[in-house]
Amino acid sequence: MSPDIVVHGAEWTVKELFVYPNEFIYWSIQIVMYPYMTGLVAGAFVLSSLYHVFGQKDLKEIAQFSLVFSLALLPVAALPLLLHLQQPTRAIEPLLTPHFTSAIAAFGIVFSTYGLIVVSEIWFVYRQYFVQQVEFLKTQPGLGNAMKRQVYRVLTMGAYDVSQPALAIDHRMAKILAAIGIPVACFLHGYAGFIFGSVKANALWMSPLMPVIFIMSAVVSGIALCMLTYIVIMESQAFLKRRRGGALQATEIRGAEKEIISKATRYLLGFLVAAISLEMLDLIFRGYTAMKSWDILRSVMYGKDFINIFVLQYTLGNLVPFLLLLLPGRTLKRTVVALILVLFGVFMMRWNVVIGGQAFSLSFSGYMHYHIPIIPHSIETFKEGLFGALTVAATPFVLFWIINKFVPSLRRDVST
Amino acid sequence: MSCSRRDFLKQSVAGAVAAAAVPAACTVIFLEPGEAEAAVEGKKLRWTFLVDTTKCVGCGFCVDACKTENEIPYDAPVSRTWVERYVVTKDGQTHIDSPNAGRDGYTTGEIRGETIDPADIDKAFFVPKLCNQCDNPPCVQVCPVGATFQTEDGVVLVDRDWCIGCGYCVMACPYGVRFFHPITKTAEKCTFCYHRITEGLQAACVQACPFGARQMGNMEDPDDPVTKIIMTERVQVLKDEYGTKPSVFYLGLDERVR
Repeated sequence: MSPDIVVHGAEWTVKELFVYPNEFIYWSIQIVMYPYMTGLVAGAFVLSSLYHVFGQKDLKEIAQFSLVFSLALLPVAALPLLLHLQQPTRAIEPLLTPHFTSAIAAFGIVFSTYGLIVVSEIWFVYRQYFVQQVEFLKTQPGLGNAMKRQVYRVLTMGAYDVSQPALAIDHRMAKILAAIGIPVACFLHGYAGFIFGSVKANALWMSPLMPVIFIMSAVVSGIALCMLTYIVIMESQAFLKRRRGGALQATEIRGAEKEIISKATRYLLGFLVAAISLEMLDLIFRGYTAMKSWDILRSVMYGKDFINIFVLQYTLGNLVPFLLLLLPGRTLKRTVVALILVLFGVFMMRWNVVIGGQAFSLSFSGYMHYHIPIIPHSIETFKEGLFGALTVAATPFVLFWIINKFVPSLRRDVST
Repeated sequence: MSCSRRDFLKQSVAGAVAAAAVPAACTVIFLEPGEAEAAVEGKKLRWTFLVDTTKCVGCGFCVDACKTENEIPYDAPVSRTWVERYVVTKDGQTHIDSPNAGRDGYTTGEIRGETIDPADIDKAFFVPKLCNQCDNPPCVQVCPVGATFQTEDGVVLVDRDWCIGCGYCVMACPYGVRFFHPITKTAEKCTFCYHRITEGLQAACVQACPFGARQMGNMEDPDDPVTKIIMTERVQVLKDEYGTKPSVFYLGLDERVR
């Protein structure tokens, strides 16, 4: 075979027993990353809405951060899809000629609707701050400040009214948008679950529970990532301030707030219980009904993927952090460990759904093993390899760093 | 006027001969595909495929012809059609393989590195596979851009200029017939050789089969010999449980066929 002829999937698929000739692991690591990142977006938004809509005041600080962080995560939810497409230059086509019987066709519409909601909500929350900055930077010398002021002028979009009635409208609008955002966020992610759950050809994926399981685990992962990033940023800021010594007032040297962490942990645990219950229900139901596909599913779940599913996902990713968060005397360090494990657990869940769903042949007579490309030697092995996945995972933090320069989500002097 | 495709082919040949003598008869062979279609079956056409597994000897000529005709890289491990070998041994085990999609023919008794003693074999047979051109195609349902579509005569095609390469159709097909073309990087599948059948030719695999294990016909024509077999004999389709309503029918299908 000539070296430039590459069959998509052949690079990382190892077949065992009888597998149809055209079967390969076509949906690889980027399709694991796609629901994972979408889940983080949705989860982050739901966490922020707990404050904005349901008035959970003690979540105020993390809510503001979550909202901005969900904006940073948003473009990254589409990135894995773009990296996965065999024809990425045609990525706009689902918007141009959407074929609405396909779950993917709605992606562009749901995704942009959701994006507009997040951006508008942030604008209403931060408009007062933008106006203040335009006024403040007027008095500051230097080209940098002048340029920054221009950015803020654009961000205000000409709305300089910061009177009480105007701010009250801002506040109400943010609340309304947050309320609309919750179902849209759930829809955004629920339909990611639908993409898998509706594939009748795939015995592991096909389940009406799939969208609900995806939403629950999305909220779990979103809350966990927001809590983790919040703790890391607040603690590192406090650490740096402490090191400089003396220059700051003691009140400013504050790390992560204990109450915020406790409250968010309670929500996290609630959603975690819901997610695991649904997954267990799905598993028990499959075993009990024992349809034609059960033999091969059982051999994959209890055999080939046992470590991935029962050790890494359920034990290390669900049970251990559940105990770590629930047992009394929780410390910040223990919480951090638990949160990392929760994130890992949700990632493994996505992995076990996407890769696990392709671990067996449609003939039910053979298996396929996925070997993720580590060292890339072509664009394809980069895009659909470890480094492609790491690029996707790192991008939201870079975006957050940039966005946070203009929309400070972690400063306590910014009121909402 | 109603006549079978076979009659039409005969008439076309006759017409071509006549054309040499009577220029007016030339119109018969210079019809556009759509016009030819209309002329064939009084405008009603629904392509169907019949695989007689009892006639298949596993020579692989069909796979070879398909790869060449449809420009699927010859040595790439993907194919629009393939032939599976089933060997059922006395211990009740089913051994299945399809090396190189069966392209090179089955010439040894070795299955995936294991040689089976002929004395241990209860039964063995070959099953040719291709796109089932489902009446209710899941691949068409899931295509987000409408790049894959169903023609009026029941064939599912892919528009290579519009496919975004998301792979959803590949995942949605219960028969595993779809793959990505290694050169065009778009979804690829058997088209029943649509470019040939609409010109009055046989599909490449049908033409290449020396034993008549593969045949095509028009389901809308009750006089079509293939339709007659499907309507009068005990035929089966693959994976009926998915509700896809395949247009490919099988004779002599074993319950072990996957």
